[in-house]
Amino acid sequence: MRWSGRKALVRGPRGRRPPGGPYDDGVSLYRDEGVVLRTQKLGEADRIITLLTRRTGKVRGVAKGVRRTKSRFGARLEPFSHVDLQLHGGRSLDVITQVETLHPYGGAIVADYPRYTAGTAMLETADRLTVGEKEPALRQFLLLVGGLRTLAEGGHEARLVLDAFFLRSLAVAGYAPALAECARCGAEAARAFAIVAGGVVCGACRPPGAAVPAAETIALMIALLRGDWAAADASEPRHRTECSGLVAAYLQWHLEHGIRSLRHVEREWPGAPEARAPGAFPWSGRSHDAGPGAAGGRPGDAEPAPDPHVFRT
Amino acid sequence: MYEGVVQNLIDELGLLPGVGPKSAQRIAFHLLAADPADVKRLAHALLEVKEKVRFCRVCGNVAAEEECRICRDQRRDPQVICVVEEPKDVVAIERTREFRGRYHVLGGAISPIDGVGPDDLKIRELMVRLADGQVTELILATDPNLEGEATATYLARLVKPLGLKVTRLASGLPVGGDLEYADEVTLGRAFEGRRLLDV
Repeated sequence: MRWSGRKALVRGPRGRRPPGGPYDDGVSLYRDEGVVLRTQKLGEADRIITLLTRRTGKVRGVAKGVRRTKSRFGARLEPFSHVDLQLHGGRSLDVITQVETLHPYGGAIVADYPRYTAGTAMLETADRLTVGEKEPALRQFLLLVGGLRTLAEGGHEARLVLDAFFLRSLAVAGYAPALAECARCGAEAARAFAIVAGGVVCGACRPPGAAVPAAETIALMIALLRGDWAAADASEPRHRTECSGLVAAYLQWHLEHGIRSLRHVEREWPGAPEARAPGAFPWSGRSHDAGPGAAGGRPGDAEPAPDPHVFRT
Repeated sequence: MYEGVVQNLIDELGLLPGVGPKSAQRIAFHLLAADPADVKRLAHALLEVKEKVRFCRVCGNVAAEEECRICRDQRRDPQVICVVEEPKDVVAIERTREFRGRYHVLGGAISPIDGVGPDDLKIRELMVRLADGQVTELILATDPNLEGEATATYLARLVKPLGLKVTRLASGLPVGGDLEYADEVTLGRAFEGRRLLDV
């Protein structure tokens, strides 16, 4: 084989590898488990795969030749797949060399359209919440795996699973909304919800433009945050709709960025009228916009949430 | 860096998909060395394709006239419509010589993460075609990846009330391959779609 000076530069001599990173064993190959967040086409037959991994955090790797039908691991690197993989460290992008499937959640999720749209919103949120590459985010990873498993099992309405994931992702990131008492003064008689304040607020602390959701909606948010699925499943559609609006607005305010998938999330549950975006086709009812009065402000104090990275079902 | 016009040409060629700076430079110098008549023919073909080619008003495929060659062909079966993502998928299926029905090109697949929803595809046009009751079978030939499967699921649910026969292309083992090298997802699909051998 011809010696390649460029390749030698990319890899670098063993002595120069930064200690403490995934390469500190002196080998540029490393193994991790991860969830495929998104894929982008690259060149003729390659793909850039973005993964959230257990030990390394967010990783972007090139999967060579996976768009060809003869690819040995193309099918394993679809979004929603929970995989065990081996990567080779590169200068800007790592190269994925081997992949084994741990849980192919994609098949069950894609078989149901509302589950698919909710799932893509989960992946996009996980991608946005883990800003830096190769910064370990174990709790976010565990939360995502649990959320996808719950979604794939289909035991709960997809939109409830999505809202639970949003609330717990915010809790993991340190932005859990205050729901039991006033986010500003700690008073117990709090009825209004203000994103500005970081959750529910009492009459004295209530800023202009705060929403006044039903008490059942706040109870639903608490149930979703705590993993009380019996209470969440028993909630009424109108409270679910209100809860989704508030949670989506709260999430996007903290992310300082819109979640593109949210626009396409289907709100559909047995016996409930479909909420339709203006001008949408009669067969494509959806919209997942902010609730009334859910305007921006600054983050508030975090409500202690019981073990938010464990997605109890 | 080269003289203005040569560099312009390299820059323009470099914008094409799959053409990097080195390839752009190689193509530019090939054109410089080529016969002027050949280069004029290429330039004419580029202009002509932009002026004359449009999308078929019936199926969304590329066409030189108002309707594409397949939609104009009276011998094609109007009762069967094969739904594909892109015009190049029509060419791939036509190469098989197995399908004698008509097509509908969606112009992509549902991908919420990229901001593409059902309203961004030619689904409304498909529903209009199905409304006259002439079509009896809808073949969903979207790509066998996640977005393609989601699009197929969405369409199947959408047309269910119409009572059509809705089929999905089979997926599984590639012809000429070894079973031991198949990944578990593909092999699982092959098992799901196994057929009865009636000999």
